[in-house]
Amino acid sequence: MSIKGATHQDLAHDSAAKHVTGRAEYTDDIPEPGGTLHAYLGLSEVAHGRIVEMDLSEVLAAPGVVGVLTADDIPGANDISPTGLGDDPVFPEDSVEFHGQPLFAVVAESREAARRAATLAQVEIAPLAHVLDPVGAIEAGYPDVTAPLKLERGDVAGGLADSAHRIKGRMAIGGQDHMYLEGHIAFAMPGEDDDVVVYSSTQHPSEAQHMVAHVLGVPSHSVVVNVRRMGGGFGGKETQMNLFAAVAALAAKKWNRPVKIRPDRDQDMIATGKRHDFVADYEVGFDGEGRIEAVEGFFAARCGFSADLSGPVTDRALFHADNAYFYPHVRLRSRPMKTNTVSNTAFRGFGGPQGVIVAERMIEEIAYALGRDPLEIRKANFYRPGGDVTPYHQQVEDNILERIVGELEESSQYQARRQAIRDDNVRNGIIRRGIALTPVKFGISFTATWYNQAGALVHVYSDGSIMLNHGGTEMGQGLNIKVAQVVAEAFQVDIERVKITRTTTEKVPNTSATAASSGSDLNGMAALDACEQIKARLVDFACENRGIAADEVAFLPGRVKLGADEIGFDDFIRQAYMARVQLSAAGFYKTPKIHWDRAKGQGRPFYYFAYGAACSEVSVDTLTGEYRVDRVEILHDVGRSLNPAVDRGQVEGGFIQGMGWLTSEELWWDDDGRLRTHAPSTYKIPLASDRPRIFNVALAEWSQNAERTIKRSKAVGEPPFMLGISVFEAISMAVASVAGYRECPRLDAPATPERVLMAIERLKRER
Amino acid sequence: MSQIHITTTINGDETEYLCEADETLLDVLRDHLDMTGSKEGCGTGDCGACSVVVDGRLVCSCLMLAAEAEGRAIETIEGMGQGDQLHPLQQKFLEHAALQCGICTPGILVAAKNLLERNPNPSEEEVRYWLAGNLCRCTGYDKIIRAVMDTAADMRGAA
Repeated sequence: MSIKGATHQDLAHDSAAKHVTGRAEYTDDIPEPGGTLHAYLGLSEVAHGRIVEMDLSEVLAAPGVVGVLTADDIPGANDISPTGLGDDPVFPEDSVEFHGQPLFAVVAESREAARRAATLAQVEIAPLAHVLDPVGAIEAGYPDVTAPLKLERGDVAGGLADSAHRIKGRMAIGGQDHMYLEGHIAFAMPGEDDDVVVYSSTQHPSEAQHMVAHVLGVPSHSVVVNVRRMGGGFGGKETQMNLFAAVAALAAKKWNRPVKIRPDRDQDMIATGKRHDFVADYEVGFDGEGRIEAVEGFFAARCGFSADLSGPVTDRALFHADNAYFYPHVRLRSRPMKTNTVSNTAFRGFGGPQGVIVAERMIEEIAYALGRDPLEIRKANFYRPGGDVTPYHQQVEDNILERIVGELEESSQYQARRQAIRDDNVRNGIIRRGIALTPVKFGISFTATWYNQAGALVHVYSDGSIMLNHGGTEMGQGLNIKVAQVVAEAFQVDIERVKITRTTTEKVPNTSATAASSGSDLNGMAALDACEQIKARLVDFACENRGIAADEVAFLPGRVKLGADEIGFDDFIRQAYMARVQLSAAGFYKTPKIHWDRAKGQGRPFYYFAYGAACSEVSVDTLTGEYRVDRVEILHDVGRSLNPAVDRGQVEGGFIQGMGWLTSEELWWDDDGRLRTHAPSTYKIPLASDRPRIFNVALAEWSQNAERTIKRSKAVGEPPFMLGISVFEAISMAVASVAGYRECPRLDAPATPERVLMAIERLKRER
Repeated sequence: MSQIHITTTINGDETEYLCEADETLLDVLRDHLDMTGSKEGCGTGDCGACSVVVDGRLVCSCLMLAAEAEGRAIETIEGMGQGDQLHPLQQKFLEHAALQCGICTPGILVAAKNLLERNPNPSEEEVRYWLAGNLCRCTGYDKIIRAVMDTAADMRGAA
């Protein structure tokens, strides 16, 4: 008999039964106490300018309005910069820096009253020149929002000069809206003294706590932030919730009533940050076999008006501009550009995907230049013994791509299908097809080394039931069930005995964001540490009580072996309680081995790498540029999966989201800086109808983490996102077919049907 | 503004409420009737998170005025199971792990149930296009589509 719910088993999400019945409580579902007020933001309608006058008298006179909040109403610091740069005001004082910047909040008896009143403000802004894109920002002499990074190894100039072939190019890479189905929301309850409790849909409760305290001018101990679950996060709720939490708390303290703030979808999309758009310039030198000799890369990012997380995001773009390939000589530079747009932020992959896609573009360039299959060029450049050092001087020690790609090439029948597609395309049909097999290697750890720590709190109650709390947040990724599996296995009890509770700053302090795919790596280990502490006390108790040796005590499924005896777990816990054994522990974990010297651009920022590969086939209509994804095969590495059902879900969802980023999801600002794709009516994420006609997803079951991670599993949140690049590359092949594959189509992302059609027309003209 | 008195049927129970002329059915379900299973994802009928069935027709409750519910029969996620007994679709969504954050799940289940009532033997393509009005940002849809197909097969077998 084994326990129900151990690790490495398929288990449903812990809230699944509540999800399917509509009983899972999200922040907006929390019953509102009598007297609850509602806040709504008023936004700037100018992209850049000086605030001449803000007349809110009509707002204040509107029905149901209780008051307004502006910069003048902030008792503490008017800043919510997550990196302490002081460039992120709650509300601006003198000038506005993007179209859609929150200027004030209205607080009213109902949400509708607040929302209507917010439109009545008379704001006079003297416009200043504005810049919306990173290239324009460089040309206009705009500053970096945070320090750029350079990664360098070898002699780039010499390497390029000595190369048999050199290609230079530019690629524009679009951003992406998170489009979590649950938008931003914060609900604050005032308490006694300086206290306030905020319920919020945040991936980073500790930061929200610290920001609220900072803005209120009170110690962090006065503020509690709670989150039970989110309706999706994807990075969009890492820092962007801070403003909403701060506004709700400010209003709750000012009027001493509960205050909720929930923007509508349009305001959510207009006023909160997104994935960074990049323009990347590259030059690659290579030999006649397609082996890369040298790479020079320059990555300019649209960061928006403030730094937010743009530093680490643009750093991670450089960390992944090698994807899976060894560059003997390399120099990579970033420019995190200030622009008059919303401040861009974390989004699944955190800059990594923008680096990876540039690496894959260079592979494509080489393949078309030499008339080879891009997969052949990929394989020729994989990290290998003697060529295993990254541009940041970390050695790649755990590379399994050769096996992953080899197995996928075989199982997807890539070669035969590619040949059949080429044969088909030769017939000059209107519908052209393309196929691509692309790999991903993704570095796991926060590059801000101190973030790689986690805490957990485990209580065993005297009836043998267990309460689990950890610093991670649940946004649908199944973190809670995975950590609960770790705890159930540690004590050898059925998973029903382990209760998973909301994340709260009261139970685990100073947590890191649930981000960087790190949730189960960090929190699973912290929870295990807490369990091991309690178990050690229980073993000591058993030894003393029974006069047996420690190795005679064993936790068996639902029971405990004590020398020759066995008793039920619950009875054993009762005895331990009666003998005054402490049955609660705070666990802690910090990732070993990692270090990073940013000034030198050297270190080991990543504990390990996660790998995967996808093979995608598409059909493109060359008369309209429209396309569909016919077939996708994925083989992905999650080490020894803690929960294969949950992990497969992450792989599938990540792939589709990555595909959306590169195909249908287009952010479009007009010349005045207005975001024109600000709701699902105009911003198109993949639909059920877009799911690949054939979709086969497998985990590399033979893989286990070379490092001592929790149960030898690997992080899974972000890496599969980049598998969507295979769709982009397959579209590219179909486009290239109209010119006999002699030219790299150089598609920019997203490859909307419009862009695809333009590329087809261009190639036909140049043919 | 005077409120409007509405008598309607929700999940088989006769229900009365007072609403403002400009309140949506979704507002009333969530804010007045404490039926928070229907979610607001966009408020403009583009995401399907607020899907309900009105007189057998699938609608976005954010696009329907609460006052229009007079005399209608409304079905929401709260009425999908029978007490503790899950509807076969709900059961299959659990078995297939066809959800992640869960916030689109009620709307998708309501839409899928309505499909199977109209067409007990849908093709996979019909399922995919029927559910194209329900956005899901987490799952990639594969498990959802498989769960619906699997439920349809089971229900046909049982019938």
